[in-house]
Amino acid sequence: MATVVVEQRRRMFNRPTAKTGWWSWVTSVDHKRIGLMYIATALAFFLIGGTEALFIRLQLAKPNNTVLSANAYNQFFTMHGLTMIFLVVMPFGVGMMNYLVPLMIGARDVAFPRLNAFSYWLFVFGGLFLYSSFALGGAPDGGWFGYAPLSTTLPSHGMTFYSIGLQILGVASIAGAANFIVTIINMRAPGMTLMRMPVFVWMSLVTSFLLLFAMPVIAVALFELMFSRVFGAVFFNPLKGGDPLLWQHLFWIFGHPEVYIMILPAMGIVSEVLPTFSRKPLFGYAAVVYAGIAIGFMGWGVWAHHMFAAGLGPVANSAFALSTMFIAVPTGVKIFNWIGTMWGGSLRFQTPMLFSIGFVAMFIIGGLSGVTHAVVPSDMQQTDTYYIVAHFHYVLFGGAIFGLFSGVYYWWPKAFGYTLSEGLGKLHFWLMLIGFNVTFGPMHILGLEGMPRRIYTYPNGLGWNMWNLIETIGAFTIAASIVVFMVNVRRSRKVREMAGSDPWDARTLEWSTPSPPPEYNFEQIPLVENRDDWWHRKYILGPSGEPVRVFAGGADMVDENVAVRDEHGHGIHMPSPSYFPVVLAFGLPLMGYGVIFKLWWLVGVGLLVLLTGAYGWVLEPATAEE
Amino acid sequence: MSRPTVDRRKVALLGGSLLLIALIATGCSQKYPQSALSPVGKVAEEANNLWNLVFGIAVVIFFLVEGALVYALIKFRQRPDRQPAQFHGNTKLEVILTIIPALILAGIAVPTVQTIARIAKRPTGSNVLNVTVTAHQFWWQFNYPQQHITTANELHMPTGTPVYLSLVGADVIHSLWVPALSGTQDVVPGHINHLMYETDKPGVYLGQCKEFCGLSHANMHVRVFVQTPANYQRWVAAQQQPAQTASLSGDAAVGEKLFLHGASGGSFPGGPACSGCHAVSGTSAQGVVGPNLTHFGSRTRLAGETYVNNTGNLTNWLNDPPLMKPGVDMPKLGLTSTQIKELVAYLQSLK
Repeated sequence: MATVVVEQRRRMFNRPTAKTGWWSWVTSVDHKRIGLMYIATALAFFLIGGTEALFIRLQLAKPNNTVLSANAYNQFFTMHGLTMIFLVVMPFGVGMMNYLVPLMIGARDVAFPRLNAFSYWLFVFGGLFLYSSFALGGAPDGGWFGYAPLSTTLPSHGMTFYSIGLQILGVASIAGAANFIVTIINMRAPGMTLMRMPVFVWMSLVTSFLLLFAMPVIAVALFELMFSRVFGAVFFNPLKGGDPLLWQHLFWIFGHPEVYIMILPAMGIVSEVLPTFSRKPLFGYAAVVYAGIAIGFMGWGVWAHHMFAAGLGPVANSAFALSTMFIAVPTGVKIFNWIGTMWGGSLRFQTPMLFSIGFVAMFIIGGLSGVTHAVVPSDMQQTDTYYIVAHFHYVLFGGAIFGLFSGVYYWWPKAFGYTLSEGLGKLHFWLMLIGFNVTFGPMHILGLEGMPRRIYTYPNGLGWNMWNLIETIGAFTIAASIVVFMVNVRRSRKVREMAGSDPWDARTLEWSTPSPPPEYNFEQIPLVENRDDWWHRKYILGPSGEPVRVFAGGADMVDENVAVRDEHGHGIHMPSPSYFPVVLAFGLPLMGYGVIFKLWWLVGVGLLVLLTGAYGWVLEPATAEE
Repeated sequence: MSRPTVDRRKVALLGGSLLLIALIATGCSQKYPQSALSPVGKVAEEANNLWNLVFGIAVVIFFLVEGALVYALIKFRQRPDRQPAQFHGNTKLEVILTIIPALILAGIAVPTVQTIARIAKRPTGSNVLNVTVTAHQFWWQFNYPQQHITTANELHMPTGTPVYLSLVGADVIHSLWVPALSGTQDVVPGHINHLMYETDKPGVYLGQCKEFCGLSHANMHVRVFVQTPANYQRWVAAQQQPAQTASLSGDAAVGEKLFLHGASGGSFPGGPACSGCHAVSGTSAQGVVGPNLTHFGSRTRLAGETYVNNTGNLTNWLNDPPLMKPGVDMPKLGLTSTQIKELVAYLQSLK
């Protein structure tokens, strides 16, 4: 029976066999390739979102400027936000998780490799779907927060693209979250207890749970918005019994955990980089882990601090002021522990370390300005001003983006076998740090001096001109730093300064594999005996507590630390590549276009594509017979 | 070889700091007419007191924590003579460093909650002035129910009197923000929110819509004229008069006819007569879609307080409103330049 089915499928769609070339990437289910594709795609969107930001800064460089019309400006700031959140920081973090989590826990792949490919392609198609709106009558122009009733009444198809595009991206996130939860819970190597997991894995786990619970909430809101726009539903229309605040509650119950979804992976990266470059174990491992979990829980109880001006009343405002203040405690714990990690260490200031230090230094500022938002009466001055824009860029750019770049420089030699240039890396860091502060530092002042967000122009005479011009200069400095990064990638590819398997003298299991790791990661599944197991295989503590190197490299120790041995000699079975995740993912945007333009036949076609993908997937064995 | 590098760094650092100080100094000497840091209203003062407290604490913590970070970076940089200490944590320190911020936050929480409760109280007494604010895309309507005055974008209020604003949304969410007087409050369709303005300092205070509301969100300004009670009463008395149109002559008289009845057939090429949307009390113009123009000539600005109310701007406005204020409901009416001149004369007569 099974063979008959396989035969039928083969007539329709031969199993992909390519091992190299771009077709092998499209059909890959290897977590490392998918991780790299996630990161590369996120970086491509980073360039697009950054270009939008440059246009925004050009428009605001002087009062009454005319670089962008009001209409174009609204599309640009909306797409800048959507891009950076949904198409850059989130997939960048997920890409890191993809590449690293199996390697760090001693697994050969994620639990559901094809689901992983599906998540990636859905993210790509969702992003392209959103961006296709520019050519199809106008991009989303109601802000990334899409407040109803404005979002239900804006005339272009933009906000319909928003409502459907984010639903598509949400499906990708939920599938990915389920995959990582199962992977981390079930696929750890023997001896890799929860409290021996690298902090990055812990933060990935917390992030995955947040995604799993947050994305369905926004899905409900987006579904209601889609029905309001396409079918005239009245969820948010007070004249017909709806309520605009319904959108705000749903959006921010998703929106605040979303903030932690974006920052926790970066916190995980920093928690790996700082110990390596301080030559010390992480200070207060348990506290850092528990703080991450605490943030994961408390993040659900602070959403209404985005709505202090909405008129919820003094009781609700007080309650959310208190919860918002106290979520600062676990965040503060993390900062203390990072400084504690460096304390007493032997710090090497290589590029990954610089970016991680930049993360800590900038995140302190973003955290402190965050606490000021909890003070409701003064927040009612600051909310919706550039002070807020400053705050969240200190958290999401000074925080998340710096952390992610730290990860890029840190794991680059692992992924490609050669290092990025240190000189250019340091230039990238300093330009970005300076440009970042010149851009976003003055925004604190502008906000306090009365400049609201999301305005496409401002009049002369309000005292904002000079700071705005400085910010624009800062934005182009950041752009220059990104150019340096791209030059670095290009040149380092050419120079190919080979790194070896463990160039930073690191601590976690991924560094025990060759660089780049083979498709199966570990020839033999490692047996884990310690937290920072790899470090403990290289060092013992001397009589006065100093680390003493016990052997030259990893290779000769591997034998003693093996849990599963390949004793039968017929190789390692890895999941085979597949077309079907791509096919399945391609169905959803087709259905989306059908709904937006009311081409119901196209919805049918999309559904057919989706079902083809689903059936092919189900009937195809995960691993092809040889 | 490394010597000159270090010196150059120091010079760069010094130069950078001096530049920064110079920038901040010029920044501080600038005038910020829409600042939240120069409160004159009671609610704004409450907010500012809390801000000063929290900002002070934040600055201290900033220097302590960043100081500890910089100290660690310098002190524990890699040196050949030192081994990294291999400790995993310190539970006592961990607990202390958790409790201290929690206590600081609790200290901030108490005045915060007290202030929230205080500013939420509705003002009482016979002298409270009630004003209903209706927020439209993209302008503000101010309605004084006791005084029977309806005006737009320019709110007049007396000193020493609590003004209780009731915020009503007409289309989408807006947010009324005049930072010198009070923090912002959203205007949410289907809900009625409130704000309290009270100050002893006469003056003109600037504000604008703070919740993104569409194409001309940036052009939705508001101006509050706080006047001495005598001046305020004079303003009220003038506003309560119907428009003085009996004595109109010349362009203004023709303009009134255009305003009320349009060009020919009761409309203009691009839309209805002005009276279809605007009201001028004392005439047959009773439209309620756009701002009430009874005393339009007495307003200082036009188009959501975006342009000075003068002949040039008014002419441009009547010629092509969406060009001046993107997304505005008022269409390009296709007026001739003569018609515009006559309408300008009429509108300017409405003092």
